[in-house]
Amino acid sequence: MEAPVAVRGRGITKVFGDVVALDHVDVSMTQGQIHGLVGPNGAGKTTLLGLLLGLAVADEGSLDILGAPVGRGLAAPDGVSGFVDGPGLYPTLTARQNLATLAALCPDDAPAAGVEESLEQVGLADVADVKVRGFSLGMRQRLGLAAALLTRPRLLVLDEPSNGLDPVGKKHVHGVLSRLVSEGVTVVLSSHRMDDLEALCSEVTILSSGRVVFSGPVAKLSDDSRELDYRLRASDPSAARAVAAGTPGIRIVEGPDAAARPDTGVIIVRARVAAVDELVARMVREDVAVRELAPVVSPLEAAFLALTEHPARTEPGARTEQPARTEQPARMEQHSEQPARTEQEADR
Amino acid sequence: MTATVAPAPADGAGAGADTGAGTPRRRPVAVTRILRLELVKQFSAWRVRLLILLCWLGPGLLVFAIDEQSTLPADTLFGRWMHATGWAGSLVVLGVAGTWALPLVTSMVAGDVFASEDRLGTWRHLLVAVRSHRRIFAAKAIASLAVIGLLVAGLAFSSMLGGLLAEGNAPLVGLDGHLLSGSAAAGDVLLAWLCALAPTLALAAIGLLGSVALGRSPMGLLLPTLAALGMQVAQLLPLPVAVRLALPGYAFISWNGLFTDPRQLGPLLIGVAVSLVWAVVATALAYLIFLRRDFTNLNNDGAGRRVLTLGALPLAGLLATTVCVVSLATGAGAGGSGITQDKVQRSLATVFAHLYRYQQAEMRQPPVTVAQLQATAACDKSEGLGPQAGSGNDWRCTVSYDVPGYNATAQAIYQLNVSANGRYTADGDGPVQLNGYFLIVIAGKAVPNPLWQLDGNVDLLPR
Repeated sequence: MEAPVAVRGRGITKVFGDVVALDHVDVSMTQGQIHGLVGPNGAGKTTLLGLLLGLAVADEGSLDILGAPVGRGLAAPDGVSGFVDGPGLYPTLTARQNLATLAALCPDDAPAAGVEESLEQVGLADVADVKVRGFSLGMRQRLGLAAALLTRPRLLVLDEPSNGLDPVGKKHVHGVLSRLVSEGVTVVLSSHRMDDLEALCSEVTILSSGRVVFSGPVAKLSDDSRELDYRLRASDPSAARAVAAGTPGIRIVEGPDAAARPDTGVIIVRARVAAVDELVARMVREDVAVRELAPVVSPLEAAFLALTEHPARTEPGARTEQPARTEQPARMEQHSEQPARTEQEADR
Repeated sequence: MTATVAPAPADGAGAGADTGAGTPRRRPVAVTRILRLELVKQFSAWRVRLLILLCWLGPGLLVFAIDEQSTLPADTLFGRWMHATGWAGSLVVLGVAGTWALPLVTSMVAGDVFASEDRLGTWRHLLVAVRSHRRIFAAKAIASLAVIGLLVAGLAFSSMLGGLLAEGNAPLVGLDGHLLSGSAAAGDVLLAWLCALAPTLALAAIGLLGSVALGRSPMGLLLPTLAALGMQVAQLLPLPVAVRLALPGYAFISWNGLFTDPRQLGPLLIGVAVSLVWAVVATALAYLIFLRRDFTNLNNDGAGRRVLTLGALPLAGLLATTVCVVSLATGAGAGGSGITQDKVQRSLATVFAHLYRYQQAEMRQPPVTVAQLQATAACDKSEGLGPQAGSGNDWRCTVSYDVPGYNATAQAIYQLNVSANGRYTADGDGPVQLNGYFLIVIAGKAVPNPLWQLDGNVDLLPR
């Protein structure tokens, strides 16, 4: 059975003056899942989020949200809530007042969720009567999430909700998002925090220069046939180095890009998954205990870098290999045709 | 990727009007709900709270304190009468408010009502929550007007209360010297404050326009104050009457006409009408700019070429149109100042006659009437050289009047300083027994001779 779709965009194009913010973007977001949206600055993430929130209208293409086509008028589609470029909060009001005034905007036929309940969910009940002026960035993010929850959305759009969050705040936010998804809410999450996206998202869309360079399940990005750098820490670093050097398919990465401090006994090896498996088996046979073995960068981040970095800007030592699977590989060829973007435009 | 589209919502959350061409949208939020949000935001700001405190307490305390002093602000209109009646204090405050307080109030409230969202980065949040640009504009405009109304009411009632507590409900000496009873003065003072609301609304609309068009720029906040300052400077210049009346700030001056007998209603009504037209046009321009604004780009807060094309140019056109309409409607010539020798003579003679009667009554002299005095004035400007018209401090007048009971004519000489807006102050220049400086006791307080220095107003419109 095919999964229902909360958002479906086909050929979405949005142009600001001479700048093409979105260039024939096709995107599908499955209902009841967290969909990650990543891309370098200026990739068009905020523009796409703005379209979902009804803050802008696409110049071309079609966009269906929650089963109905979006018209030409500016206004948030029904059932959609969230924020872009940080939550909009009024610093002279307390957290409770901010939410209460928003809740009062909800029509009688669709009453708001409880203010206290929303504050409790994001862990701000203790500071409900403190003016937002004194809030940290993380607290503001959590309050922004609580504000978005007030309208009981069926599509929640969040732009960098993890900015400034401490571990406790992060736990609250992740908990809220997981609960929403379990209730069937679709969440679109834009973030530069790859660890968050990997932990939360089932699907991800990677944008680059206004085009989709990947869209699909996160699992598809974990390409076993692609080489990755791994941090390896063992009980006997010298022996581990010798074993690694003698294992086929394993290369020890040295130099400033190795991401390992010599004094910690950590070595960085570059290999495919199969070679790493063989390395572990050999170390066990040599009686060398493996204390840590993990990718230096996550598969999502590796894919992000590979998909979005221009060859001319590739750092020394960085991988230039393209992933084997992208849904729209042809888009990559058109990067050089994009007009240059200013830093200001990049924030859109 | 294969997928099916989720069915359209059929629950209550999805209820609402269908646009026909797009996603079913929830019914827009009622303006009253948005208005409540805007008022909560306004009243939570320390700046607005401070303004409310100042406007509701400041004038009353100030008027009361001045009334307790022996020296009065005689250079301010009605200032010299503050010891005579409690109503004069409120008019002094109104005069000062039109110059400073009301432009500042409109700047700080209307000039910031849209810009504050730019400053706080809350536009997107508000738009997502409210879903209607039109309603946001309406709620913000109404909220700012409500706050401004509250502040103006504070200035009015506080100053009246302070004056009444200090001096009581005594008759007020009008701008042509005639006496208004306490109740008549109360009505006219209230009416004067109401008239001042019109130019305040015009400044508020200019503030809305600046706030929408200039966004975070401080110029948006300052626009009403700068506009008011510009209009005040213009009123000091020897401009043609039609231009003077076509400025939206003229009603800050023309309320003076309420305190003459007969009332000078022409300039007042024109001033109020022009102010209201400016208020409507500037609000409409602000609305158009607001609707056309792109809120997807926070770096673009609207400032730019559109400010000129949709803001400044239409207002310049409105000013030109108003000048033409006023000129045609009133018959005021394009080049005339409205201050002529004949008008000055008639005005001074009237003021003198009324104040002579008032002086005699307060000095316990036999009562006289204005008709008995048959006062006339002969004035010349620059000792008769050059045109006998226009503003200046070189007007010199000789007032002739019949001395009651003696079948004789006496004279009093005055030196006049006539402002371009028609107001003048006349300094007595002899005889000292009549219009020199000496004190008389009025309502138990020693005050300068009312014929020593007197205020008057020349109606600028042609008769």
